[in-house]
Amino acid sequence: MIEETAVPSNPQTEARLWLAQRVSAMVLALCIVVHLATIIMAVQGGLSAAEIVGRVGGSEVWLVFYGVFVLAITVHAPIGLRAILNEMTKLSMGRINLLCFLAAVMLGYLGLKVAIRFYMLGGA
Amino acid sequence: MSEETFTVSVWRGDDEVGRYQDYEVPRMESQTVLDVITYIQRRLDPNLSYRFACRVGVCGSCAMTVNGKPRWTCRTHVSKVIEDGRLEVAPLRNLKVIKDLSVDMTDFFDKWAKAEARFVGGSTRHDDFAKVSPDDKRRQEASAGIECIGCGVCYATCDVVAWNTEYLGPAALNRAWTLINDERDTGRLSRLKAVSGTGGCQACHSQQGCVERCPKHLNPTASIAGLKRATAMAALKGELK
Repeated sequence: MIEETAVPSNPQTEARLWLAQRVSAMVLALCIVVHLATIIMAVQGGLSAAEIVGRVGGSEVWLVFYGVFVLAITVHAPIGLRAILNEMTKLSMGRINLLCFLAAVMLGYLGLKVAIRFYMLGGA
Repeated sequence: MSEETFTVSVWRGDDEVGRYQDYEVPRMESQTVLDVITYIQRRLDPNLSYRFACRVGVCGSCAMTVNGKPRWTCRTHVSKVIEDGRLEVAPLRNLKVIKDLSVDMTDFFDKWAKAEARFVGGSTRHDDFAKVSPDDKRRQEASAGIECIGCGVCYATCDVVAWNTEYLGPAALNRAWTLINDERDTGRLSRLKAVSGTGGCQACHSQQGCVERCPKHLNPTASIAGLKRATAMAALKGELK
């Protein structure tokens, strides 16, 4: 017989999570292209910390760009991780949800911290 | 005159205990895998269990794993699948084995019921016929998936079914999508709720194994993608509460 999960999944939440992952994937696709193109262009003259700070530091544009990038990752990755844990482990959905929420908090905190630090390192 | 033979390895046993047993079977012209299995049971080993009915690709009951791939054995010619003169026949994957090549289809059909993959009418005999144009977009979506005969080949192919015991599977979701597009059906919202969840349409990875293997050349992945869009739109409107 089909096993019932300990935490029944909510149809509305599941569909919204799916949509959130798809929309964040669209944002990520754009961000990754810009990010990779920037890396390729930036390393042409050799890579140094000073060069990175010189480009990203103090720039509101890069702060917003990496802020959006981090937020898209914060939405996208934990939803995917949730599906993987559900398929590949015996953990209950309650535990999986908790783990993925923690992953989202960690990704958001660390990512935004880096983006803000880089912004604060440069400029006048 | 000595007749040409070939070796067929057939799974004997169930999920817990079993092994492949080799049989030497005469090679014949236009021989199907079902012919081979039937030969073994009637001439070599009457203890062999397997399931079939129509023999002509209508009923969908003779699906088995042939050389690693799920197929209708009645419509699979030996010449098309034989590898190095050998054939390996096993029960369908992802289903409990009753004995030898016979699987228990209970979970498969329970999931059709769970997906509310049944027509829910709203009219009576006093109402006029629903007029549905063959050119209607929804009618075409329904027609694209309607020919499923429930053989379980897609279900046996699907890795998500193997990984996620809750997953409703390609056939049930495909049927649900044909009903979502049925002009006369009144079970839309309830069905969308039924197919949305950790075991629902969102769990599909779009690997398209079901598309690759469906003997009716249907595209369950496209149907599931339709369900993903429909559930997402309904969730945005707050209709899946």
